[in-house]
Amino acid sequence: MNKKSKVNVKRISVYGLITAVAIVLSWLESQIPPFFPVPGMKIGLTNIIVIIALYKMGSGSAMAVNVLRIVIVSFLFGGPSALLYSLSGGMLSTLVMIFLKWTGKFKTVTVSIAGGIFHNVGQILIAMLMMNTTGILWYLAVLWFTGAASGALIGILASLIVKRLPDKPFE
Amino acid sequence: MKKGKGIFGKIKFDILLISVLIAVGAVVLLFAFLNGQGGAYVQIKVDGRVTAVCPLAENRTVTINGINGTNLLVIENGEAYIGEADCPDKLCVNQGKISMTGQSVICLPHRIVVEITGEGQKDNSEIDVIVK
Repeated sequence: MNKKSKVNVKRISVYGLITAVAIVLSWLESQIPPFFPVPGMKIGLTNIIVIIALYKMGSGSAMAVNVLRIVIVSFLFGGPSALLYSLSGGMLSTLVMIFLKWTGKFKTVTVSIAGGIFHNVGQILIAMLMMNTTGILWYLAVLWFTGAASGALIGILASLIVKRLPDKPFE
Repeated sequence: MKKGKGIFGKIKFDILLISVLIAVGAVVLLFAFLNGQGGAYVQIKVDGRVTAVCPLAENRTVTINGINGTNLLVIENGEAYIGEADCPDKLCVNQGKISMTGQSVICLPHRIVVEITGEGQKDNSEIDVIVK
């Protein structure tokens, strides 16, 4: 918020740092063996970072960190198609969370639950468009609830961290 | 609904939103199963290559020759499952019945993947990408 006129070195460092943590969490999560029977079901560890950024650095930062993270991770471990799915899921989820936080009526956990759900919704919608099929609708239904569950878990973790951080720790 | 001022009053909107989200999820679930397009084909892959594609509508049993062993695939009443296997862990047998597009049964020791595919995806023999 402050020192808008100058290039803020601290701000740049913090963005780099927090994006790096998000990338590491992405990688960490990809190392967890898929022991759940539903492919695509995941915990969404990175969302902890997005929520911290959203509450402590603002809406724009949350979106920037998430988009950066997705682009970098896709180039490192995925491909252009994975990028498309991840971006649609990540951006929709972040937009929903930004909106819910902006209304100021919801707890962090609730914001995270909605984020978890809409991450999956975004991915499935793009998949439906790309494959031109509604045959994966059941998949959306299942991922709706798994997204809510993992969103709740991540939300609890993130709100614990958000509570303990000072108001503007990165400015 | 009670108009509480305590904990309930503080998380009133949260409860409301989560209820709405669960309700919408339930509607999607209901719609998916009512409108339920089960898959059309059973695709059998051994070591990453498609070895057979069978229609899900026909009852039959297929013996799959995997790496280091065989599995018996049963297609019955629009559902597919592994009936018998000579692998040590029998995880594939325990994975149960599949019928919806995208569902799969996997036998790791024999490198067998049995997957349900949709209409018009019969020739889809290669995975384009693994979505993470």
